[in-house]
Amino acid sequence: MPEMIDPSIIALYVFVLACFIGYWVVWGVTPSLHTPLVALTNAISGIVLIGALLVAGDPNAGILVQLIGFIAVLLASINVFGGFLVTHRMLSMFKKKK
Amino acid sequence: MEFTVNHQALAYLIAAVLFILGLKGLTHPSTARRGNLYAMLGMLLAIVATLLGRDVQTYGFIIAGIAGGAVIGVIVALRIQMTAMPQLVAALHSFVGLAAVLVGIGTFLHKQDAGLLNAVFMGEISAGVVIGAITFTGSIIAFGKLQGLLTGAPVKFAGQHLLNAVLALTTIALAVYFAMSGSILALLLMTMLALTLGVTLIIPIGGADMPVIISMLNSYSGWAAAATGFTLYNDLLIIIGALVGCSGAILSFIMCKAMNRSIINVVFGGFGSDSNSGDSAGAQAAEKGVKSAAIEDAVYWMEDANRVIIVPGYGMAVAQAQHSLKELMELLEARGVEVKFAIHPVAGRMPGHMNVLLAEADIPYDRVLEMDEINPEFPSTDVVLVVGANDVVNPAAKEDKSSPIYGMPILEAGRARQVYFLKRSMRPGYSGVDNLLFYQDNTSLVFGDAKDTIDGMNNALKGGGH
Repeated sequence: MPEMIDPSIIALYVFVLACFIGYWVVWGVTPSLHTPLVALTNAISGIVLIGALLVAGDPNAGILVQLIGFIAVLLASINVFGGFLVTHRMLSMFKKKK
Repeated sequence: MEFTVNHQALAYLIAAVLFILGLKGLTHPSTARRGNLYAMLGMLLAIVATLLGRDVQTYGFIIAGIAGGAVIGVIVALRIQMTAMPQLVAALHSFVGLAAVLVGIGTFLHKQDAGLLNAVFMGEISAGVVIGAITFTGSIIAFGKLQGLLTGAPVKFAGQHLLNAVLALTTIALAVYFAMSGSILALLLMTMLALTLGVTLIIPIGGADMPVIISMLNSYSGWAAAATGFTLYNDLLIIIGALVGCSGAILSFIMCKAMNRSIINVVFGGFGSDSNSGDSAGAQAAEKGVKSAAIEDAVYWMEDANRVIIVPGYGMAVAQAQHSLKELMELLEARGVEVKFAIHPVAGRMPGHMNVLLAEADIPYDRVLEMDEINPEFPSTDVVLVVGANDVVNPAAKEDKSSPIYGMPILEAGRARQVYFLKRSMRPGYSGVDNLLFYQDNTSLVFGDAKDTIDGMNNALKGGGH
């Protein structure tokens, strides 16, 4: 069995490569859609919901931790639902000439 | 079949791909809605994969939280006016920030009980909590400024930069101490300081720089998510956080470039507060006086024009004039006039703000052009109608080296044959700089509320006569 790489280093790999993907993808976004871009990135940054689920979902963690988790789930969910819906509303308005 | 961590990791990978494709969809309006759908699917997949995993054992709080968040989110998203989009985005950024703080503290308490703490882990918690806290209070201040609850002018006081530096250094010192000791007191104190720092960093930034602030906080909310991902060893959070962080950073860069200012200058500069006394160009121009025109004059020139370009700014949003502009566009087009809209990158209070408002009014997006596309067309344009914009058409940016906005790329409206400025008063733009275009021979000002003025034009055009 070879020596294992520290998981934090692997996470760093993922992070740096993802930054490059983000860089290339976002430069391609048309300026007219910059507001929907902010709204969409806002919705997907609601991905902290995943972390909130882990905090709220362990019955052995004690009521304080679960309550903290609950509030985090609530806030992140507002982002996810509100963010996607408002992005959809905006994008539906962008039409070509009939 | 059991749902293992490997299954979960694969599901996260698919979700990450869906998110990337989702952002890619925004390359063009025709693919954008599909992109949003991809991102939604990615989120659904990520949530389901997390809930199926071993770490989530109890669902009461989760169901309550998601249901509550869904109801609030949907109601807000359906009710919000398009002109209020910058406020909504600021509010949502603050939620991500606070959620990141709570996840960080919650994870610490959780792992502390299980005896699973180490210095790297606690360093990562610090990063998530600090960035989250700055995002949280910074976004609340931005929201307050946009909503008019706080003054839009930069709030400056002596020793501001020193205070920020002290706060930042103390926060970092506490983070290091926390990582070494695992002291909950250090964690809470650090959080309080980071919350304060969010306020003191954003409060000195002026209303005119809001597009940069929104982009910056967008970026922070991404980095906060990424830091949370490091804490939880969750690659999906890291990937998404990086995507969002990059997106906000790129937007900040584009906005700064469109104002010919550096990000340092925006963050520490406090633009818009400088009183303009002693500005030679301003004083000189005031002597020349300005021409004011009646609605009928503008209509007279527009109805026989070959091409009319409309330059909207934040004033259009304030007056809610976009629907009247759509009618004006139709009335002019019915007379064979070509109508286009010219958008400066920093028009409005957030990136792309004007485009959304025009789209809301059903103005086709192929009529709406960016600065670089439309600038060559101004010299061959008969009439330019400036609706609630100011600094973005100010020739001082090109001609007056002493002007604070010198070097900023502008829409070259002044090169058209006639320019009509719809203005409420002679007040200068947000930069506080006098607009040299007012005093040009081919420029006339039409005073009044933008919406009323355009409605008046529409009535005149419908009346058929001059």
